[in-house]
Amino acid sequence: MNSEASTQQLSYIANQASDARVNIELETEGMTLNLGPQHPATHGTLRIIVRLDGEQVVSADPVMGYMHRGYEKLSEVRTYPQVTTLVNRIDWLGSFANEVPFILAAERLMEVEAPPRAQWIRTALFELSRIANVVLFLGDMAVQLGATTPVFYAFRDREFVLNQIESVTGGRFHPNFDRIGGIKDDLPKGWIQETKDVLARIHSFCDEMQDLVVGNEIFQTRTRGIGIIPADVGLSYGLSGANIRSSGVDWDLRRDGGVGLVHDQLDWKVWTHPDGDSFARYWVRLQEVRESCKMVDQILDGIPSGPIMAKVPRIIKVPPGEAYVETENPLGIMGYYIVSKGDLVPYRVKIRSASFNNVSITPWVLKGVYVPDVISILASLYFILGDIDR
Amino acid sequence: MTVFNLAIELAYWQQTVIRSVLALVAVLLPAGTLVYLYLFKMMSFMQSRLGPMEAGPYGSLQLLAEVGKFLQKEDLFPRAADRVVFKAAPFVVLASTFLLVLVLPAGPDAWFINIDTGVFLALAVSSISVIGILMAGWGSASKYSLIGGLRAAGQLVAYELPLVLAVMGVVIQAGTLNVQEIVLAQANGEIFGWGGIGNPFIITQFLGFIIFLVAIQAELTQPPFDMPVAESEIVTGYLTEYTGMRFLLFFIGEFATAGIFSALAATFFLGGWYFPGLDPTDNLFNLLGPVVLIGKMLLVSFLIFWFRFTYPRFREDQLQQLAWKVLVPLSLLNIVVTGVLKVMF
Repeated sequence: MNSEASTQQLSYIANQASDARVNIELETEGMTLNLGPQHPATHGTLRIIVRLDGEQVVSADPVMGYMHRGYEKLSEVRTYPQVTTLVNRIDWLGSFANEVPFILAAERLMEVEAPPRAQWIRTALFELSRIANVVLFLGDMAVQLGATTPVFYAFRDREFVLNQIESVTGGRFHPNFDRIGGIKDDLPKGWIQETKDVLARIHSFCDEMQDLVVGNEIFQTRTRGIGIIPADVGLSYGLSGANIRSSGVDWDLRRDGGVGLVHDQLDWKVWTHPDGDSFARYWVRLQEVRESCKMVDQILDGIPSGPIMAKVPRIIKVPPGEAYVETENPLGIMGYYIVSKGDLVPYRVKIRSASFNNVSITPWVLKGVYVPDVISILASLYFILGDIDR
Repeated sequence: MTVFNLAIELAYWQQTVIRSVLALVAVLLPAGTLVYLYLFKMMSFMQSRLGPMEAGPYGSLQLLAEVGKFLQKEDLFPRAADRVVFKAAPFVVLASTFLLVLVLPAGPDAWFINIDTGVFLALAVSSISVIGILMAGWGSASKYSLIGGLRAAGQLVAYELPLVLAVMGVVIQAGTLNVQEIVLAQANGEIFGWGGIGNPFIITQFLGFIIFLVAIQAELTQPPFDMPVAESEIVTGYLTEYTGMRFLLFFIGEFATAGIFSALAATFFLGGWYFPGLDPTDNLFNLLGPVVLIGKMLLVSFLIFWFRFTYPRFREDQLQQLAWKVLVPLSLLNIVVTGVLKVMF
């Protein structure tokens, strides 16, 4: 409490000092602008207090917590199978991916392993939810920059991906499909061919975005050289996922993590970009959607036959111990730290979600940029509000 | 060749009444047409959706529904607003639109005012809207509105210059500031001794046409120049605090001005109300002219709206750079070349 108060005091003094500097230089008064909690660009309830000198940002301060839903605490009174219902609401755009690291951590504690077919289907759904998530980013980034059309294309093509997820899991947004030791159901008939058609659609969507957004001169002038995050700064703030890869760090847990998914058996590439600016973040994500399509395509060809559930007891009691599993989720690294005391419910669940770190770099990266760039940088950092506050 | 003759002689006051009513029509008709045709339908088709389909056949009565909705809304004032300024702002913007439509001729005798300084008047009154927008930005007592209003003022002042300079080429070529005579100069012009389609100035003033289009896009604060109303950054800029009828007035003003600027572009560069192959003094043009003009207006505004739905927006400083570093030098060059060629030939 004391340290928090002193930090606030320090930041107040710093603001006063920056005001004084501004006043000496330009004889103007700074202005404090509350971006949010209700603001069209925050697509949720994030509040950013920006102090402006004209249109230039003197300091930016994100205020989180407007969407805190207490999942970590709620998990402590839910049995393990019930927790997946909660956690797939964290990142609501790619919800299946939220269940996977939790289930993997629980499986590690119970020392069971899902049979190969379950792992392959799990990976396919994991990548499909990544497509469903990032495709929306590809359209949303453009709409934040003022181009209204791409977001409609994104919603149009995302719909087909959601249909495929729904026809397997029964849930469009919140599948709740992953089980300890396997998955709930097998694939429906004809799903593989339908998914291949959908993947072709997503490929053509990526080409469309390449022409409509990436190739657009105005988009390039608005994003190139804007919001540059050097690799060391990004790493020190704990950025992960496409945000850190677009700063040139070649780090992807799907390749380097070695958790219980089958990415190591597939032929794909980790894309990086040396620039670290908003454009790089868009470009890397665009390539990642293409890679995900490639992966799902290979998975569909190579799903082995066999059971989809390992032998687990009907009433799941996790033996005492601790486990931490993190996976490369659509937004970045997501990890679950589970402490079990041998009960039906976890003793403690700590969720490490990517967006929290992706947002915490905003005071650093927003300093000195113009108000329009605040929006483009925030959009390119790509956070989901539920993923920030959990 | 006279096809038929409208043998109507009206007193001056009768003409004035008719012209006043028609000015109202000339403002509201393009606004309604553009909103339905382009904003509702074309935009929807471009974005793979249908747009309004429920109100009337193909949603054609959606406009009435929207107007009805706006009229029902409460007339809200922010507590700290400067009420007089806040109230007056939409009317100032709309006044600029109404003054702008006056210079547009739609036929040999179908004009509102026929003065020798028509181009000058048009470009002068189009700047009045800046005052209204600044009033809206300041009077709303909101930070977003203030930022938006100041951005708008800076942008409109910056793009006024290329707008004027782009028209200068036309004025030099036609040798007159009278809008009616600019139309006639295009109708009676010849391309290398051949007068089949007249000489619409888009052929010789293509650069001017492009600059004019870009400048009116910016004057209308439409994407890619919609920084003043950028909804993802400053909510809707100077419109943030407006609701109901006052918002509707701004909205009508924006789209009516889009239509009238398109019609001006059509008049300056595409031959206005003249249709090739007919005699421009023909009385028929008093009826045909408005139709031809609306057709050409829809053509030009199609371009405007096409860009609007496709491009992301510029940043404020990039937008100023485009105006001062690219458009102004280009239009000056255009004037020099036009002047030299005018003297030589």
